[in-house]
Amino acid sequence: MEYSEDILNKSIDPATQEMLARMKELGIETIWDRLEAMQPQCGFGELGVCCRNCTQGPCRIDPFGEGPQLGVCGATADTIVARNLLRMTAAGAAAHSDHGRDIAHTLLETGLGKTEGYEIKDEAKLMALAAEYGIETEGLSKEEIAVKVARVAYAEFGAQEGPLHFLGRVPKARMEKWEKAGLVPRGIDREIVECMHRTHIGVDHDYVNLTLHGLRTSISDGWGGSMIATEFSDVLFGTPKPLRSLSNLGTLKRDEVNIVLHGHEPTLSEMIVAAANDPELIALAKKLGAKGINLVGMCCTGNEILMRQGVALAGNFLQQELAIATGAVEAMIVDVQCIMPAIVNVANCFHTKIISTSPKAKFPGATHIEFHEEHAYTIAKQIVKEAVENYRARNKGRVHIPDVTMELMAGFSVEAIVAALGGSLDPLLNAIKSGDIKGLAGVVGCNNVKVKHDYGHVKLVENLIKENVLVVNTGCNAIACAKAGLLLPEAAEKAGEGLKGVCKALGIPPVLHMGSCVDCSRILVALAAVANALGVDISDLPVAGAAPEWMSEKAVSIGSYFVASGVYTILGTVPPVLGSKAVTELLTDGAEAVVGAKFGVATDPDEMSRLMIEHIEKKRESLGI
Amino acid sequence: MSQPKEIFVRLDRCVGCHTCEIACAVEHSQSKTLFSAISEHPVPKYRLYVEWVPPDQKLSILCRHCEDAPCVHACISGAISRTPEGVVITDEDKCIGCWTCVMVCPYGVIGRHLETHKAYRCDRCPDLDVPACVSACPTNALVYRTVEEFSVDRRQVAATEMLAGKGG
Repeated sequence: MEYSEDILNKSIDPATQEMLARMKELGIETIWDRLEAMQPQCGFGELGVCCRNCTQGPCRIDPFGEGPQLGVCGATADTIVARNLLRMTAAGAAAHSDHGRDIAHTLLETGLGKTEGYEIKDEAKLMALAAEYGIETEGLSKEEIAVKVARVAYAEFGAQEGPLHFLGRVPKARMEKWEKAGLVPRGIDREIVECMHRTHIGVDHDYVNLTLHGLRTSISDGWGGSMIATEFSDVLFGTPKPLRSLSNLGTLKRDEVNIVLHGHEPTLSEMIVAAANDPELIALAKKLGAKGINLVGMCCTGNEILMRQGVALAGNFLQQELAIATGAVEAMIVDVQCIMPAIVNVANCFHTKIISTSPKAKFPGATHIEFHEEHAYTIAKQIVKEAVENYRARNKGRVHIPDVTMELMAGFSVEAIVAALGGSLDPLLNAIKSGDIKGLAGVVGCNNVKVKHDYGHVKLVENLIKENVLVVNTGCNAIACAKAGLLLPEAAEKAGEGLKGVCKALGIPPVLHMGSCVDCSRILVALAAVANALGVDISDLPVAGAAPEWMSEKAVSIGSYFVASGVYTILGTVPPVLGSKAVTELLTDGAEAVVGAKFGVATDPDEMSRLMIEHIEKKRESLGI
Repeated sequence: MSQPKEIFVRLDRCVGCHTCEIACAVEHSQSKTLFSAISEHPVPKYRLYVEWVPPDQKLSILCRHCEDAPCVHACISGAISRTPEGVVITDEDKCIGCWTCVMVCPYGVIGRHLETHKAYRCDRCPDLDVPACVSACPTNALVYRTVEEFSVDRRQVAATEMLAGKGG
């Protein structure tokens, strides 16, 4: 189909283009319209030089040097920018880590027999965690072990002295760097609280000191809260294994009850998956004229249930409004993070029910059915029933589902990758040494309405695999790549000769989907394993990271823990720091002397891949391979 | 002859956010993008100013491009003239930096550029249909209208208020 230049500039995804045209025809506002209405956005905010941390402000530093150069308290642009960035890191780390806490809670309650519907699916991982935590398991049931493991994890959040248990996974050379720079986190919550303390009026004003604490906080996320989220989810719901599924809005079905699961935490979504298979509810759906219940995922909840259950992915962040505008969605069930309040407005134009479930996240205009693990299955059934009954209200004349789907392969946990390699990392290390694989890249992060949807994600990944860089990904990048067909073994044809050979020999795609955004912790575990196998630091490896379309505070924390862990990381959208030359230079240059890695900023995917490959080649040279 | 447009300031709308200043400086930069403009030399200058009148009033002030402009008369080097569109401009090549225009301007909106040693002021953004400050203003305190259009709005408000007074 032919679309206007305006629509083609908004997204490269054909389903998104089709729905944008459809919504324009229906006169329904989207996030792109709101961005346009918001132009021009505040330059002080874009540069990070606005401070609202006390009511003597708001203060802003004139970036052109004519107006005030100091806030009311005397804060410089450097102080203000560094404080604002630290608060972003704190929020991002808080979001991931609170997610981790929720999963630990579910494991604890499950071990205590207080939950409904949950079980310990990966006992081997539970035992491995128990060993890592130094828990005596002799003669204990798996439930009793789960309780002990969960209590240790609980204590990590409130720990005062550290170090966190998972830091035992960090290569020795890396730990030494962190110890020297004072970057070893003492506790997960403690670092976040300290961010808020330091940025209160009149506390920390040294941009270096502030920024280093940001790195420490991010480490408590990546190697702490996020890692707990990933590992404990695996224990409860199973460690992902390679599987095939489908992606994009065409996974919604014309003749079935469509339920979109949107948000982040698998505690809710796993139960909804179970409830959607309940014969009683399927019978109800059929009684109401539907052929069945079709469950699809969106954003990271979508990634979670794709990785473990093979549930189809409807789309990434920028497609949440579009899914509702198909007119075919009976309910969008949401929990936390990256859920736009605007979905309620779109839902009001259709029969769709927005069902919020978390006591932490309510949406004015939505139906709130609070989810609690104690009655998880009963509540999940109630939620699915709401959706099924809403099928009666669907206006079939307004249904418009783009006929766009793409096959995908996902489920590449670290364990699954090792299994695909035949049980050890050696084939991968050998391929890297021989040059068949030039290096590894982690490409992650959000969608950002300010840049063409999926373009940076897909173009960067295509460039990298063409240059024989094996890509691992998570979050909205993984969904973008899924829709572009890059998560298929057949995509090896798009890779350079060396990588193509490796993929074909192993039957894997050149782009490995590792999960949701908290599962970026899987990438850390993989990097640590490779570094330890080679006896080097992570910063010595031919690896690079990128977040081509990032926008969230969580992405700030992820980018920071990658850099802190020694990974050169490219940001595809400009962070709000340019108002301070000193902070900008610290992040893009000075950080290297402290943690052996730094940030790069490039908005063009060709430039991103050039910088990443240049870095990878430099590291290969240093390793003498 | 159609009336030329002016940049008018709606006196009750300014919230003092300084967005107009940023937009003005960016439009008068070489790159025309904020992220590059802040590092350019000569430093891009904004040509309108957000003034504060204690305790809580704010107002954006800029060149009125007076019909009978004191600066045009006062300029001793003949650098200041008026375009056919009614925009008062300073010819940088002719400006000798004597700041006579600054002395006679009743609004105080002519600046001195320390790197170029020239006077500068609002040029109504010759490359744009709508001046950058007007497009940027988030509260529509700045509007780009003819005197007639602006006055019609004022008359409407005045008439409404008068009739409301009569009724009450």
